[in-house]
Amino acid sequence: MQNAGVTLYTRVRFKRPLRHHASFELDVDFQVGPGITILFGASGAGKSTLLDCIAGLLKPRDARITLGQRTLQDSAAGIFLSPQERNIAYLFQAPALFPHMTVEQNAGYGLAGAAEPERKAAVFYLLELFRVAHLARRKPGEISGGEAQRVALARALAPSPRALLLDEPLKGLDAELKSSVVDDLRAWNRVNRLPILYVTHQRDEVDALGERVIALDHGQVVSEGVPHSVLNAPRTKRLARVAGFENYLTAAVQELCEADGIMRARLTGSGAELELPLGFAAVGDRVTVAIRAGDILLAIERPTGLSARNILEGTIDSVEVRGSTVVCRVNASAMFLVHVTPGALRALEIAAGKRVWLVIKTHSCQLLEE
Amino acid sequence: MEALWLSVRLAASATIVLLLIGMPLAYWLVQTKWRGKFLLESVVALPLVLPPTVLGFFLLVAMGANGPIGKLWVALFGHTLAFTFFGLVVASVLYSLPFAVQPLVAAFESVDGRLLDAAAVLGAGRWRTFREIILPLSVPGVITAAVLSFTHTLGEFGVVLMVGGNIPGITRTVSIDIYDHVQSLEYGAANRMAVALLLISFAVLSTIYAVNRRVWIPWPVNRGD
Repeated sequence: MQNAGVTLYTRVRFKRPLRHHASFELDVDFQVGPGITILFGASGAGKSTLLDCIAGLLKPRDARITLGQRTLQDSAAGIFLSPQERNIAYLFQAPALFPHMTVEQNAGYGLAGAAEPERKAAVFYLLELFRVAHLARRKPGEISGGEAQRVALARALAPSPRALLLDEPLKGLDAELKSSVVDDLRAWNRVNRLPILYVTHQRDEVDALGERVIALDHGQVVSEGVPHSVLNAPRTKRLARVAGFENYLTAAVQELCEADGIMRARLTGSGAELELPLGFAAVGDRVTVAIRAGDILLAIERPTGLSARNILEGTIDSVEVRGSTVVCRVNASAMFLVHVTPGALRALEIAAGKRVWLVIKTHSCQLLEE
Repeated sequence: MEALWLSVRLAASATIVLLLIGMPLAYWLVQTKWRGKFLLESVVALPLVLPPTVLGFFLLVAMGANGPIGKLWVALFGHTLAFTFFGLVVASVLYSLPFAVQPLVAAFESVDGRLLDAAAVLGAGRWRTFREIILPLSVPGVITAAVLSFTHTLGEFGVVLMVGGNIPGITRTVSIDIYDHVQSLEYGAANRMAVALLLISFAVLSTIYAVNRRVWIPWPVNRGD
């Protein structure tokens, strides 16, 4: 059943009133081809709302959604297919299995029109693929969370959908379980070549799944591309936070050195200068810079002979051990969070009050749009 | 004993009718986005606050030979609706409507919305979703509705007196019978009937509570999000 695969095109403008006269506005326009596309963004970015629109559970006033040759919604032409007619599989955060039915009945629910033998065959093919066939006679209350999510996946895929929407489907599962479910899903999609939209706000899932990422913030697509480029160059502060940037600094641009591809900026509230990658800024502009705590080096003597251009002197404010990561708060003109290993902590005898130097590469400084 | 048998028949008939009317009504109330639905909710709840004699009076007027429903009934069947068993069933259905509808609304509302979304995405239409998802998950609520309708109708007095009068075997229910005995100072007979009614009500309720722990739904329906 090899097929060329279809493209899901989505243009949605959707305004939803919130409390206190505020409103949330979703305004996106993108298309995804066969394979897994990650929809990445902080909670509240509009990811689940977008999936509800594509599935037909919400009816945005202004939208055009097509899947291959089929038009699912075209508000200009007055077309709106109900969720029942769309043939799109949708997996929610919770498995949402029907609690009064067995695993087998759940998995076969979308095959109401099929004759019993075909239905059974399709159900068991998928239950076996996702390694839950032995649970066929159990009720959802009698199986584990990971098993339930696999059954939900089998149930969603049984009616041979034309696209798959996954809303943080692996939330709450441990890493090993996660990767095995993902592997199974990938194996299934190598044959079926469906467009899969996978919503998450967890970095590790993006790295594990990533073929392509669309980053969503405040209802808008802020960047898209391969995971590495989207996550390492987040363009807004909220996205940066989700992508794992711990340090945010504001600085005033002092000097642009276009020939060197850098600019110098002075940190707000101190005299310290930082060398930053050249951005869309003019002298005197205030810019926000994001730096990963893991990208900052800590030295106990003033380092020399390094290629890194930014060396800031400071003192350790506090040290906190979090599993295999040690979080140091360092007061160096501004407060910085720096991650080191427990081994480094012992070797350098780092403790509160100790004088240290921070080493930051120019290109570890990420300029954000406010 | 004739009165007791009549009361049980009346309560059973009213319960069946109430479930048949109450389920679509409750489902409609749960899923409608109509702004004026509070009006219908108020109408359904009216018998809770209205004295039974008031309800009975209106019904008597409507069902009587000169009332709108009564005239139609006479034209169709040649006799009035008032003072008949069927007239009592109609009156009881109105009288016990909130006791059927409210538990059903509460039960339907408590079904997880994501299950309904899942069914829709899997191609199940509204009727199939109701039949295969909502109804099976609302069994406790349906049982509550049936039990409350039955026991509430079993003991009704005011409405029956107004609409049905006191015709042995047709409209003379247990509570009318008890009242009649007391009026004639036949305390022994009244006592036997009263105890019988008490025991039946207790037996029905305790059976249901024993079978299902979560049968009672607090009043009024608690609409938590």
